[in-house]
Amino acid sequence: MSTLHTVNKSAYERNALKSCLDHALPGDAILLIEDGVLAARKGGSIAPALTAAKASCKIYALGPDLAARGIVAGQVLEGIETVDYAGFVDLAAGASRVCAWL
Amino acid sequence: MRFAIQINEGPYTHQASDTAYQFTKAALEKGHEIFRVFFYHDGVNNGTRYTVPPQDDRNLQKLWSELAEKYKLDLVVCIAAAQRRGILDANEAKRQGKDGDNIAPGFRISGLGQLIEAGIQADRLIVFGD
Amino acid sequence: MSDEQAKKKFFYLNRKAPYGTIYALESLEVVLIGAAFEQDVSLAFVDDGVFQLMDNQDAAGTGMKGFSKIYRALGDYEVRKLYVEKESLETRGLSIEDLMPITYEDENEDYAEKPSIILVGKSELAKIIADQDVVMSF
Repeated sequence: MSTLHTVNKSAYERNALKSCLDHALPGDAILLIEDGVLAARKGGSIAPALTAAKASCKIYALGPDLAARGIVAGQVLEGIETVDYAGFVDLAAGASRVCAWL
Repeated sequence: MRFAIQINEGPYTHQASDTAYQFTKAALEKGHEIFRVFFYHDGVNNGTRYTVPPQDDRNLQKLWSELAEKYKLDLVVCIAAAQRRGILDANEAKRQGKDGDNIAPGFRISGLGQLIEAGIQADRLIVFGD
Repeated sequence: MSDEQAKKKFFYLNRKAPYGTIYALESLEVVLIGAAFEQDVSLAFVDDGVFQLMDNQDAAGTGMKGFSKIYRALGDYEVRKLYVEKESLETRGLSIEDLMPITYEDENEDYAEKPSIILVGKSELAKIIADQDVVMSF
């Protein structure tokens, strides 16, 4: 029944992540991809919003996109799980629908 | 599981086509089926064989064409979007009175109905865009 | 397509303003083609997507093709559910009166004209998304 939401925009430039968080239901999964992963770094002003969302949604970040942007393992917010493309496929297959917040 | 992929952006300016390619490849390697990859908006620009990126960079068109050949993928370029952006196959070039075509191997040009059909036939539609 | 196949719920998520980019126009083109497939279609206008439905649009001065009239014709294509998010309107200083009137004819009530625009709050829209089969984002 759950939805996989994908966010590919930087939360510091656009409101895609905010809009996604506003529309995600408890039990949904949120996957940060491309510039969306910038929100996953510790210490950013968006971190509290993501931490709050973790209470009801599972949050993932695409590892290759983190690595490409110089965000290394210890810098990712606690509780955000890193997945590879195969993990992305598993998340999409495991949800009932995929909603992209472009 | 049967996936359909929609790509809204061209290569290089946005990462959308790269991410979609990596997703599609990973899904196929896991044994999933890709019902169709549909290229829309500027995404149709993935389907020209005239791109010549630097040798040390990836060639997205070639990557898609090779993946299509290996897995018998259906890569569909939207005709309305393609006409706006100058992507032509031999038939379209003739029909529009243009002096050549540029569609890449493994891609075909067809209507938007193919996107809707993909949404109907696939278990999941995944959109990659800007 | 065979009749036995159940209808799917198609949801078009529009979050971008018209004219600055082509997404609004080309999304509409998908909706029009998709209408022929007789699926259960709804459109959502969220964030800057609400500007797609502004009344009094006149693109003539830009040299671009105006397409706002097409939204008014959606009823003729059996596209009758246009969800507009209340919070997105409010954030932008808009109200439903700023949007163009869009209606459809209800064949079950002697073709009475009914509004296609449905104002919803974000929590309501979240539940609507959770009820869809296919989400097309533009």
